[in-house]
Amino acid sequence: MSDATTDGGRESALLRLLWKAAKLLATVALTFLGLLVVTFLIGRVVPVDPVLAVIGDRAPKSVYDRVFVELGLDRPLYEQFWIYLHKVFTGDFGESFLTKRPIIDDIARVFPATLELATVAILIGTVLGIPMGVWAAVRQGRLADQVVRVLGLVGYSAPIFWLGLLGLLVFYARLNWVAGPGRIDIAYEYAITPKTGLLLLDSAMQGQWDAFRNVFAHIILPAALLGYFSMAYISRMTRSFMLNELAQEYVTTARVKGVPEWRIIWVHALRNAAVPLVTVVALSYANLLEGSVLTETVFAWPGLGQYITNSLQNADMNAVLGGTLLIGAIFVGLNLLSDLLYTLLDPRVRKQA
Amino acid sequence: MRPLLTVEDLRITFPTRQGPSEVVRGVSFTLGRERLGIVGESGSGKSQTGRAILGLTPPPGRATAKVLDFDGIDLRTASAATWRRLRGARMSMVMQDPKFSLNPVMTIGKQLLEALKFGAGETRAEARARALAMLEAVQIRDPERVFRAYPHELSGGMGQRAMIAMMLVTEPDLLIADEPTSALDVTVQVEVLRILDRLVRERGMGLIFISHDLRLVSSFCDRVLVMYAGRVVEELKAADLGKAQHPYTRGLMNCLPKIEGGVRPLPTLERDAAWAR
Repeated sequence: MSDATTDGGRESALLRLLWKAAKLLATVALTFLGLLVVTFLIGRVVPVDPVLAVIGDRAPKSVYDRVFVELGLDRPLYEQFWIYLHKVFTGDFGESFLTKRPIIDDIARVFPATLELATVAILIGTVLGIPMGVWAAVRQGRLADQVVRVLGLVGYSAPIFWLGLLGLLVFYARLNWVAGPGRIDIAYEYAITPKTGLLLLDSAMQGQWDAFRNVFAHIILPAALLGYFSMAYISRMTRSFMLNELAQEYVTTARVKGVPEWRIIWVHALRNAAVPLVTVVALSYANLLEGSVLTETVFAWPGLGQYITNSLQNADMNAVLGGTLLIGAIFVGLNLLSDLLYTLLDPRVRKQA
Repeated sequence: MRPLLTVEDLRITFPTRQGPSEVVRGVSFTLGRERLGIVGESGSGKSQTGRAILGLTPPPGRATAKVLDFDGIDLRTASAATWRRLRGARMSMVMQDPKFSLNPVMTIGKQLLEALKFGAGETRAEARARALAMLEAVQIRDPERVFRAYPHELSGGMGQRAMIAMMLVTEPDLLIADEPTSALDVTVQVEVLRILDRLVRERGMGLIFISHDLRLVSSFCDRVLVMYAGRVVEELKAADLGKAQHPYTRGLMNCLPKIEGGVRPLPTLERDAAWAR
């Protein structure tokens, strides 16, 4: 009899999980639709004439009228939106006026650069930021706490382009510990066949260890800088979450039971603090994935931030909208991921599903 | 016979903007394998007294005493390692509200095993069997289910029973119960108290029962300390509660409603500044 009940329990748990997944997917689809409406409307509202962008401002009126119809601009707005939707789902974001290539190809070229940089940066920021925040919380008000707080404050307030230039000056020009701007030296550029576009991954998979070392030497400085900024944020949030958790009654309970202090901190309190931390890390990561124009400019990093800024300056609306859509999708995706992690980490959320 | 616990001139101070504030001001008592009640209103220092015995005065508070002796061990100079050996294994505390005093992301079973793991050395299977037996001893009907459950999946009464199980599973010599039933429904209170009473009796452990409920304490304990503003103002045998001398205790007794009723207006406590001196 008890077997039957556990089976029933498992079945309903599976059903609940499916139901939750369906609800999540519906939410994601709706959010994404909203995002599409917004990008579509931005495209119509900005004072950039898409026809002029194609034909230039010296073309005769007859050409203008023809292209106007070709672009579907004479149709009602909802019809234009429908066409836009259709195009987006077939991966057609139009052509860049600047590079004369499909937007999707441009993004496939620049996004991996940003993805690689952001991923290394968030790893650095998380791996350093969380233990530092925990440490600061445990030693609240003491030297370690002050050091972490000052480090965080500097990370918050120093302009990144200045730190970047300083870093290049010291670690590249003077000490020659790291490589200079760019993702890779020209000498190695053709040693790797691009597969994922993530040079660290590509070079490692192809066993090109010299190239790997070169790529690493290039990425480490900008990644460390961006990582420092997310570390500042993550450590500060970790500190405050941990202070909150360490003041909870269950911590006293654990002490009463004779649980050693390290376990109270790293297992009891951090496990609870991890729930809100997921959002913090996910948001930091999303911010990094937007691409940092300043860092990318200082380090000549051909990433998403530079691409979008460039396109914006040249009124290349298709490229801007494609990039905006991508960033929006990243935010939606990371939010979805942190929602899923929430349910994994917090049994109370799991129950509500 | 040497007492289990001797407390002499316990003082607890917290620094404040206006200088140090003494919340416990020279509390002394001894405890054998008996049941001692500490009553007092909130802020009277009764909870802090309980925590200080376990060395858990929350920072930046500081506890000092002339004597703080547990079974021959001087608690004032106990090292972190000594505390870890004592806490859980030999002295433990049932806390007020299971909603906050149990770790929300850890199963009851894991939290129970943790008490055993760091208390006494035994194999996993043995520990598990002991934990389950303990859950049964606090009259949980389906110990396997509760073992696997998370705290939010239990009712308040169930949670508090799990808490009691967690604190008694190591068979400590001294148990401090800090308002163990205040957060529970009245109907559940009696049941939980009965379980606690039986286990404490069976195991012959010393109990300090902290409560603001004078009547509850007197029916449950052998001896009662009445605290007011950080001091023990009166010590009584529970049976002699009627003979209380101190005006504060008498005032509290007068405020208890009687079934015969008819006392109107209900008497209030006329405080005398001299009590706090």
